[in-house]
Amino acid sequence: MERAILSGNEAIARGAYEAGVKVASAYPGTPSTEILENMVQYPSIDASWAPNEKVALEVGIGAAIGGARTLVAMKHVGVNVAADPLFTLSYTGVKGGLVLVTADDPELHSSQNEQDNRNYAKFAKMPMFEPADSQEALAFTRLALEASEQFDTPVFLRTTTRISHSKSIVELQDPVSGLPQPALEKNPAKFVMLPGNARKRHPLVEDRLAKMEEWACRQPFNRVEKGTGDGRVGVITAGVSYQYAREVLPEADILKLGLVYPLPKALIRDFAARYETLYVIEELDPFIEEQLLAMGIQVTGKSLLPLCGELTPGRVAQGLSGQAVTSYYSHKEMLPGRPPSMCPGCPHRGVFYALNRLKAFVSGDIGCYTLGFMEPLSAMDTCICMGASIGNATGLSKVLDPPERSRVVAVIGDSTFLHTGINGLMDMVYNNAASTVLILDNRITAMTGRQENPSSGYTLMGADSYRVDMEEICRALGVRNVRVIDPYQVSATHKVLEEEMARDEVSVVIARRPCMLVKRDPVARKPALSVDDEKCTGCRVCLKIGCPAIEWRSSDQGKGSAHINRLFCVGCSLCRQVCHFDAIGECQ
Amino acid sequence: MSNPVTNVLISGVGGQGILLASEVLSEVLMLAGHDVKKNEIHGMSQRGGSVVSHIRFGEKVYSSIIPEGEADVLLGFELLETYRYLPLVRQGGSVLANNLQIFPSPVTLGKETYPENIPAKIAEAFSDFTLVDGLKLAAEAGNERTVNIVLVGALSKRVAVDDHCWQQTLRKMVPPKYLEENLRAFNLGRQL
Ligand SMILES: Cc1ncc(C[n+]2csc(CCOP(=O)(O)OP(=O)(O)O)c2C)c(N)n1
Repeated sequence: MERAILSGNEAIARGAYEAGVKVASAYPGTPSTEILENMVQYPSIDASWAPNEKVALEVGIGAAIGGARTLVAMKHVGVNVAADPLFTLSYTGVKGGLVLVTADDPELHSSQNEQDNRNYAKFAKMPMFEPADSQEALAFTRLALEASEQFDTPVFLRTTTRISHSKSIVELQDPVSGLPQPALEKNPAKFVMLPGNARKRHPLVEDRLAKMEEWACRQPFNRVEKGTGDGRVGVITAGVSYQYAREVLPEADILKLGLVYPLPKALIRDFAARYETLYVIEELDPFIEEQLLAMGIQVTGKSLLPLCGELTPGRVAQGLSGQAVTSYYSHKEMLPGRPPSMCPGCPHRGVFYALNRLKAFVSGDIGCYTLGFMEPLSAMDTCICMGASIGNATGLSKVLDPPERSRVVAVIGDSTFLHTGINGLMDMVYNNAASTVLILDNRITAMTGRQENPSSGYTLMGADSYRVDMEEICRALGVRNVRVIDPYQVSATHKVLEEEMARDEVSVVIARRPCMLVKRDPVARKPALSVDDEKCTGCRVCLKIGCPAIEWRSSDQGKGSAHINRLFCVGCSLCRQVCHFDAIGECQ
Repeated sequence: MSNPVTNVLISGVGGQGILLASEVLSEVLMLAGHDVKKNEIHGMSQRGGSVVSHIRFGEKVYSSIIPEGEADVLLGFELLETYRYLPLVRQGGSVLANNLQIFPSPVTLGKETYPENIPAKIAEAFSDFTLVDGLKLAAEAGNERTVNIVLVGALSKRVAVDDHCWQQTLRKMVPPKYLEENLRAFNLGRQL
C-alpha cells in the first residue's frame, strides 16, 4: 500500500478525493486553509474560494441538494459566519453527503478567540467527528461523508491546529467509484424550510441523534484501548488530547472517542463502571465532562486541566500529578521577544505610517495589516472580527462631535471588505454616518498565506476570472468621494488621507499595491538600498516605519547609525522618503 | 521508563527555510522505516516571528509536540532562537546553532537588548554543542540560499539514518536545477 507523510489538512483533502467529493468550497482561515489548497491536485474536485464562509456553506448545500458529495471548510470563527444556513441545514438534511470541517485554534496561534466549536455540534444537533492524527483525518473524512448520507445529516469534522498542521504517516487508497450522478429532484417538504415544513423536520432531527448515539456505541471509531497498568485508571478522551493522554498515562485504559457528538452513552456507562479513577482529558471547554456529569457519572477533568489554551504533554502531566514539569536548563536573563512584523516592502506600511502621524483613531480589522497596531507604527485601535471595522467606525462617528469624529478611520483589507465589509459600508452611507474608510487593496488574501479572492482576478484552480471593481462597488453603494492612492508614495498618501479625514461625509480611500510576496504581479523587485554612514545623523526616523530590513547599530562614540540588511531589503524606498538627510540610496 | 522516541527541535526566524528543513528530515525518517510526527505553527508566526518545528521518531509516536524538556537535539537557525529553546532540551542533549544574529524589532527599537555571548552560554550548559558558519558554507556550496541545507547536513550527523536515505530524499525534494549546490551544501554540513 502506498504511504505518505501528510498534514491533517492534506489528509482531509485526500480523504475527500478518495470519498468521491465533487465540490469543495471554503473561505481561508488558519488552520484550515491548506485543505482547499490541496484539493487543487485532484482534478475530479471542483474546489473554490468563496468570498465568505456563509457563501461557502451555501454553495456546499446546493451541491449536496444536487446529490454530490461535498466538503466545506473554515476556521472556527468562520462557523459563526456560516451559522445561519448551518442550523437550518441540520433540519433539511442532505442528499449527497456534506461534511463541514471546522478547524479550531486552541492557544490562539492565529486567531482572535479560542472558541470550542464542539459546542456547535450540540447546538446545531449535528454529529461531529474528531480525528487524532492524519490517518484518522483521512479516514474520518470518508466516514463522515458516508454517515452524512446514511443518516441524512450534515456532519462536522473538527480539527485543531495541532491536527491540521502536524504531519504523520498515512496509507492512501483509491477513490470510490459508482456514486450516483447528481440530478434535480423536487422535494419541497424537505428543502423548503417554512414553519409548516420545518416543524415536521425537527422531530426527525431529534430522532436522528438518538439513532446515531446508539450506532456510535458499536462503531470501531469509538474504541477501548488497554493500558499497561492494573486497570484502575480509566480515561475518556478524543482528538489530539488522546495523544497526550497516551503519552503521559501509558498505564491507563482509554476510551478513545472518534465521534464526540452524540456521545455513545451506553458504551461510556459500561466503560466508566470499571474504574476507580476516571479522567476526561479534553482541551478548552468541559464538553465531554459536562455530558458525563449530566449522566450521573463521576469524572475528573477541568478541576485539574486548564480551560484556556491548548494542552501539551507537560500540561496534562502537570495537571494530573499536581507537580510542575521541570527542565534541565533555564534562562538567567529575560529574552527579547520576536513578534511577527509586516514584510519588507509590504504596501501596508506606508499607510500606517501616515495614520500614525495623522493621529487617527483606527477602527481596525483582520489581516496582515492588523500588525499595524504594533510599535513603532502603533496605528490600530480596535480589532473585533472580519468586517467589523466599518460598522465600528459608524458607531463611533454617531457618538462623537465633529473634531473628534474626523479622527476615526476604518481600515480594512480587500478580502475582508468583500467578506463582510460591504454591508458595513452600505449602512454607513445609508444612515448618513460620516467617516473615512481605507481599503487596503493588495489584491490577495495575504494573512492566511496568499489566496485568491474576487478582487485578485484569479480562482483557486488558477483560472482567470472577473476582477471586482472596488471603485465601482463603493460608488454603487452611494459613496461620492472615492480616491485611489499608491501607499509607496509617502507624502501623497499623507495628503490624501488628511483631506479625506477632514471631510464630514463618507469617503473611501483605496490604497492599491500588490502584496510583495505575490509572484505573478508585475512588480519588479528593486535593488536593495543602503545607508550612507557619512550622511546618517542617527536621528532614527527611518526606524519609525518598522521595517525588519533596517537595523540599528549603536556605537561607543555617540550617535550610532541605521543599517539596511541587503538580504531582506526589496527597495520599496519608504525609508528613503522619510529620511531628512538624503542618507539612503541604492547600494554602490 | 525508557523512551524509545527521539525528539528533534528546529528553531529560527520565519522565512529562514525551517519548514523545508523539517520536511526533508521527516521524509528521510519515514524512508528509513520509522514512525514520524512533525509539528509546527503556521500563520502569524511566519512573518519574521519566532518559528519552531518539532520532529519525533521511533517505533510508535503519540504526541506530535515534544514533551517539555525532552528534546534530544536542537538545531537553531539563529542564535537568539537557539538560546530561546534551550529549556526544551534534555540534559546531555545536542545543540547545533547557525552563527547568525537577526535583531528582532524590540531590539531595533531599543526597547530590549540582544543577549550577549550566546555561544558561550550554550557551550557552558551543553557539552555537545556545534556552532555552524552556515552562510560561509552555503557560499562555498555555490549559493547563499542553501544555508538551511547546510544545517540539515550538520543535523544529519546526530540522527542515525543511512546516508543513502538523505541523498535519495534530497533528490526527490529539491528541484533538479538546484540539486547540485544543495547536495554540496548538505555534504559540507555533514562533514562538521
Ligand atoms: C470569519 C473569519 N474567517 C477567516 C479568518 C482568517 N482571516 C484573517 S484575516 C483574513 C483575510 C485577510 O485578507 P485581506 O483583508 O485582504 O488583508 P491582507 O492580509 O491581504 O492584508 C482571513 C482570511 C478570520 N479571522 N475570521
